[in-house]
Amino acid sequence: MQVLYGRHHVRVFRFGLRLVRDEQVAEDLISEVFLDVWRQAGKFEGRSAVSTWLLAITRFKALSALRRRKDVELEDEAANAIEDTSDDPEVAVQKKDTSEALRKCLTSLSSEHREIVDLVYYHEKSVEEVAEIVGIPENTVKTRLFYARKKLADLLKAAGVERGWP
Amino acid sequence: MMALSKKMLEEPSEIEMLLPWHAAGTLSARDARRVDEALARDPELARQYAVIREEYAETISLNETLGAPSARAMQKLFAAIDAEPAVNKPSFNLSSRASAFFASLSPRTLAWSASLGALALVLQAGVIGAVLLHNQPATYQTASLSTNEPITRDLGAAPAAPRALVRFSPDAKVSDITALLEHYQASIIDGARGGLFRLQFGTRSMTKDEVANLMNRLQSEKIVSLAVPTP
Repeated sequence: MQVLYGRHHVRVFRFGLRLVRDEQVAEDLISEVFLDVWRQAGKFEGRSAVSTWLLAITRFKALSALRRRKDVELEDEAANAIEDTSDDPEVAVQKKDTSEALRKCLTSLSSEHREIVDLVYYHEKSVEEVAEIVGIPENTVKTRLFYARKKLADLLKAAGVERGWP
Repeated sequence: MMALSKKMLEEPSEIEMLLPWHAAGTLSARDARRVDEALARDPELARQYAVIREEYAETISLNETLGAPSARAMQKLFAAIDAEPAVNKPSFNLSSRASAFFASLSPRTLAWSASLGALALVLQAGVIGAVLLHNQPATYQTASLSTNEPITRDLGAAPAAPRALVRFSPDAKVSDITALLEHYQASIIDGARGGLFRLQFGTRSMTKDEVANLMNRLQSEKIVSLAVPTP
């Protein structure tokens, strides 16, 4: 268990943190995830990578934690109202710092879009693995990421950043 | 502007939707080739791909700034695991599930090594032993004698279950051994001295013929190289 924890706990923590946006909650989350793994070791059939299995459990736990906190609506409001609530991206653009604006907009995506962007880009999960983790069909995975990227472009455009797409 | 609006309403092509996975290097060789060919002949797609590579780099950068959990998370986890037997009564099933899990994590080519096997089996024996403690009849031990083996006597009426010294073959996996233990309802009560494990079979006594039959069956198991009865 120590080896498994040592190998995966940072990525599990970061995935959880991006979903719940609270370090304390994310830390509690990883304890719960690995405890579940300890309890349910027999259910792991080896058909997918261990990391995929861990991320699927983390996602389930994170969504449960979010439901408990009842702040999902607040989160979506924050994502939709980025141009009204924050001028940080504009400031960043003035400094010619597109990277910083991009990172801020990545943070402002809805949790549904954030998780798919993270799973594909950071956790390097294939279409099939994302489908398994999120529990949606593979075609939905592809279209969801496409529309997440479009939303990102909209947020950047609202912040004054044009990147030539779409 | 009109052209842009129209474009945004268009459904993306299959290749266009695969671009993020191409940037992350997680496409199959066949799909990667298809995307490469499309990128080579479509400059607009190539522009979009450049944007995606930027998103890819920034997503990694953003995640890397998130840091790592404190030691509190690990302490909490292992405290919870330590408390598990008190909360959930462990069973044979738990040990076999844990063994199967750890076996599945190991590379297929992992060969048997005496130290690894002994360590895993001693750990397993600990779990099983904890379970057996609940079922063992009360015993007492005389304090006046000093011999190598303590003299014990069952206070219950149950006669002793058969025991055997078993040596497993060098290529036996932990999962194979666990399966064998389950199949024979056996538990490891001592080991591994000189590569030999002392196993106990079930909880009821057997006749001489039954024990001989049991040893023959054990000896015919592929992963068992030696099985002899022992007190």
